[in-house]
Amino acid sequence: MSASTETRVPEAAKRTTSGWSQSLHDWVTTVDHKRLGILYIGAGFFFLVIGGVEAILMRAQLAVPANTFLGPQEFNRLFTMHGTTMVFLVGMPIVTGFGNYLIPLMIGARDMAFPRLNAWGFWMFLLGGIVLYMSYFASMGLYGAGTAPDVGWFAYAPLAGKAFSRGNATDYWILGILISGFGSVSGAINMLTTTLTMRCPGMTMNRLPLFVWMMLVVSFLMLLALPVLTGAQVMLLFDRFMGAHFFDTQAGGDAVLWQHFFWFFGHPEVYILMIPGFAYASEIIPVFSRKVIFGYSFMVAATLAIGLVAVGVWAHHMFTVGMGKGLSVWFAVMTMIVGIPTGIKLFNWIATLYGGKILMRTPMLFCLGFLGQFLVAGLSGILLSGAPLNWQLSDSYFVVAHFHYVLIGGLVFTIFGACYYWFPKMTGRLLSERLGRWHFWLFFVGFHLTFTTMHVQGVLGMPRRIYTYPVERGWEVWNAISSSGAILQALGVAVFLFALAQAFRRPQWAGPDPWNAWTLEWSTSSPPPAYNFLTIPEVRSRRPLWDLKHPDDPDWEHE
Amino acid sequence: MRSCPQSIAGAFVSKGGGAWAGRILIGLWATPSVARADAGGGTPSLFMPVAEPAQSILDYGTLLVLICAVIFVVVMGLLTFTVIRFRASAADNDEEPPQVYGSDQLELAWTIVPVLIVIVLGLITAGRIVALQKDTRPEGSLAVRVVGHQWWWELEYPDLGFVTANELHLPLGQVAFLTLESDDVIHSFWLPQLAGKLDVIPNRKNTMWIEPQKTGMFVGQCAEYCGTQHANMLLRVFVHEPEDFERWVREQQLEARRVDAHAEGRALFAQTACVNCHTVRGLTEIGSFGPDLTHLMSRTTLAAGAAANDEASLVDWLTDPDHIKPGVRMPAMKLSHSQIARLAGYLSSLE
Repeated sequence: MSASTETRVPEAAKRTTSGWSQSLHDWVTTVDHKRLGILYIGAGFFFLVIGGVEAILMRAQLAVPANTFLGPQEFNRLFTMHGTTMVFLVGMPIVTGFGNYLIPLMIGARDMAFPRLNAWGFWMFLLGGIVLYMSYFASMGLYGAGTAPDVGWFAYAPLAGKAFSRGNATDYWILGILISGFGSVSGAINMLTTTLTMRCPGMTMNRLPLFVWMMLVVSFLMLLALPVLTGAQVMLLFDRFMGAHFFDTQAGGDAVLWQHFFWFFGHPEVYILMIPGFAYASEIIPVFSRKVIFGYSFMVAATLAIGLVAVGVWAHHMFTVGMGKGLSVWFAVMTMIVGIPTGIKLFNWIATLYGGKILMRTPMLFCLGFLGQFLVAGLSGILLSGAPLNWQLSDSYFVVAHFHYVLIGGLVFTIFGACYYWFPKMTGRLLSERLGRWHFWLFFVGFHLTFTTMHVQGVLGMPRRIYTYPVERGWEVWNAISSSGAILQALGVAVFLFALAQAFRRPQWAGPDPWNAWTLEWSTSSPPPAYNFLTIPEVRSRRPLWDLKHPDDPDWEHE
Repeated sequence: MRSCPQSIAGAFVSKGGGAWAGRILIGLWATPSVARADAGGGTPSLFMPVAEPAQSILDYGTLLVLICAVIFVVVMGLLTFTVIRFRASAADNDEEPPQVYGSDQLELAWTIVPVLIVIVLGLITAGRIVALQKDTRPEGSLAVRVVGHQWWWELEYPDLGFVTANELHLPLGQVAFLTLESDDVIHSFWLPQLAGKLDVIPNRKNTMWIEPQKTGMFVGQCAEYCGTQHANMLLRVFVHEPEDFERWVREQQLEARRVDAHAEGRALFAQTACVNCHTVRGLTEIGSFGPDLTHLMSRTTLAAGAAANDEASLVDWLTDPDHIKPGVRMPAMKLSHSQIARLAGYLSSLE
């Protein structure tokens, strides 16, 4: 607060001048898209640490057969909370956070379309997370000790019904996610409206950075998918408290109906989480290859195609429920079709690298890791889409390996890349390149130890979600390796947190454009002022800063 | 008596921070403190099929893996080559490399090739789905009704007139046609070496078929999370020569043995709440909530694979079922030591 304001309102100033409480007040009441973006990302990392601790406890239990480190109920709660946390409280907020922070800056706007809705969305998300974790202390209420939900992150009926899930743990799960869903939907409305209506002069749809295009598709998918989950959860609440029988099989309800609702949300959700990973990679790879993205319009078309196909493949999560042959064929082929647009993306990224000058900085390392891992994730996805093979691999550790390849190998790697890439913009400080390398290699090796081996447990017949397994199944070695990898991943994240702390203790100032990049966010100071741009920029191509730096060979001559 | 896993488990909530670190270390490096019964049976690898359709699924899967492996080698090779070849060197000047905006020919190429691969894969897959999914019972097949319970398997041979649990016996070379039903929540019936899994869903009847091609004992387990003891809902299948299977069937069809030495234990069984849940054909046939015990000792494991089936485990089990299988639906009957000894003696006579 400036001195002149202080002299004009001395009473108010007295109450608010103390440093940290002023700053806390500013952060809590902020409607600035940049601060909200940082809040989303920060909260996401907070929950990432919690979800990671849950994962480490599970890996400790499974490190040896017939272990008694954790009991069945504790383990079942841990995998339920781990899955729910990672999807709804880590993936969603970080994705929304980067969208929030970057979309206005990339399209030359001063804020999101609905700043207050934006703030409301963040606080609803956080409230949802708090409600979910309150279950550990409160959900059994007067009946006894606290307990978290233990129905799995997709809470299949009738296990999540009143008959089999007593107490209120499942209600906390329902309400926590339902509330955080309001946050995601309002975030999606905001990103959509901002992109469609607040672009700066010259920023036609055809010149949108790929990041913004991809977040547009993500926003559409959020609007389509999340209300279906919310509706199904309200139906489940009706079952549990108001005597409805939608999913209550003992009264003639349908267990498979829940699966259709859940996966109609759940599969688009995978793309809601994965397309932002594509978005980060599509910004980072060109800058560190020093080349324009290859095949811009095909990248946009492929993203739209993924968004379209995403809503027609949900029952590939249900090949083992005993579907008719026709449905099995439909969902198998539709799922294989997803491989075409994702393949196009992969080839375009490689073509962007080809002929470039590849700089191995930390953001790029994470993106290159992503490319290789995403290839494997896609191919194991093709294997899983073959329904007859899926009858074997579904619900085994092979599936666990597959979706961690997607969500960690794909999303988390690109999120780390994005952190190293945009942290200088958000704070004005660079993250240590040396620590970044340590972070990457520890996390990379740990990831492969843990999850590459899980493919093997899967084909050796180990089902997921078991708290213990007998000796002499031949799973011991593989599980021991998986567990050891978890330690390396945790160390990697610890190095990252240390690097964040170090950036504040011993800052390396970044300047407005540390990567010599080309999109609009790098044209303003780091961190940008509250109003983002002194004057609203005007653009003539997809890479306005390239045009500025290369007036002799601007992009608009080639587009 | 071994230490009770439940009490260690309970410490998760109640113990302080110091114990925590210790327990993580124990979790990672200690040898297991509870010996498990399910030794033997080997690895249920889907690379070692012993029946149809597991063999056909493996053949199909191998084809898929080969196609994907080729794609992997090509794309990964391209990626690795590109990254190594175009890595910036220290000698580079600041000049930007030539900007290439795209190529319609290349885009067309890497669209059409995947489309062709998908068409081929789709046709093969559709053919396999139609061939492997049988909705009606084949002529001359053996009917088995499988009912999933929290957390054990009820196995009924309706045409042969008896019920057993957790251990499926099948004759070599004859198709078995399984009808899957659930008594409570969704389970999934999975014997990796014999067939793909199929969910066991309340209010539905799913059907699957198995044609064993090799004798022996093979293991599997419930594959859909079904509550607390999902991990201990194990399955065993014994594939016999037809004549051995006939003999097993004849033994199973008999009523329960009455050994005079165990008359007291039998009376105790008949008088306590055991009969509310368990059937012993020839003695009491009211109970259906728990496994049929008529020929209990013909089974190798207890509690769906959680313990070996011998008199010592039976004593343990009757004293405190939670000790062997925390969360199990069977209650501790609070009997005296001598009552438990008599009851265990009787149960071990049910061959």
